[in-house]
Amino acid sequence: MNANVGIVIVSHSPDVARGAADMVRQMVGDDVPLAWCGGAPGGGLGTNVEEILAAINRAWSDAGVAVLVDLGGAETNSEMAIELLPDSRQTRVVVCNAPIVEGAVMAATEASAGSSLEEVRRTAEELKPA
Amino acid sequence: MEIEQELQRRLIKTVAERVILHTDELVALDQAIGDGDHGLNMKRGFEAVLADLDKFSAMPLGESLKGVGMTLVMKVGGASGPLYGSLFMALGKSWPAQAHRAGLAQAFAAAVDAVKARGKSDVGQKTMIDVLVPVLWILQDTAGDLPARLCSVAQEAATATIPVRAQRGRASFLGERSIGHMDPGARSAALMVCAVVDVMEGRA
Repeated sequence: MNANVGIVIVSHSPDVARGAADMVRQMVGDDVPLAWCGGAPGGGLGTNVEEILAAINRAWSDAGVAVLVDLGGAETNSEMAIELLPDSRQTRVVVCNAPIVEGAVMAATEASAGSSLEEVRRTAEELKPA
Repeated sequence: MEIEQELQRRLIKTVAERVILHTDELVALDQAIGDGDHGLNMKRGFEAVLADLDKFSAMPLGESLKGVGMTLVMKVGGASGPLYGSLFMALGKSWPAQAHRAGLAQAFAAAVDAVKARGKSDVGQKTMIDVLVPVLWILQDTAGDLPARLCSVAQEAATATIPVRAQRGRASFLGERSIGHMDPGARSAALMVCAVVDVMEGRA
């Protein structure tokens, strides 16, 4: 079990999610559990609660999981997915209010240093527009 | 107002089919101020509901509403999935064991609160809440059968979102340019309310 906080990337577009994950892997390396998902159930642009749940479980770390999202539905669906997790896991997943690509890289960089979930979230959210 | 199983089936089927029938209209509304996916997302969600119609018709209504909500959460693919999903799940969770009007109003109040919490939104922000809240007021203020004017009130409330500037969802990115268009979520909410009224009055 990796002790570092995990990162999940949720985009409306699988291409964007995969691309952002590629950037995280290249810039931060393999020390951070990482998963991505994108696209609506059955294809097309959108987000899928079932896939978000699966991605959170793939990137699971007992230190918690930080979720980076792009637009509206990605955030709402991620919050919904978190509520569908077992109670013991719900409090250890946060959605970061940050741009998806920059936020994912910054969050993963922070996570790779062994930082707490709250520190990872704060670092990602320093990027948010004032 | 006991809900018989056959009536329950007709309610679920009519609501689902009404939304699906208006897919193109919802797409057009959402293309104007959103990302254009509302119609297709809702169609996908309610087609999945129809696929399980036998199952949802046979359950106690509260359980059925929860099941419909979970299907929408899992199948819609946009923000309207968790929003309508939360509405139906909360409605089902609060549904009285013996259906009666006061209990229905209480359950609907809980459902509207769930949508507000999920969307971090409230009335006046050009969303489905602008339709759900006036409908709730009528449910709370009247007794007896579901009043026919629920449908006209819902439609008027949806129309009333046209001059409003959006403050939630993708439409809020447009600022002033969101003015002059009906909110697609308000429209889909009104469609569902009218479908329920039509069934209760024997027109569908």
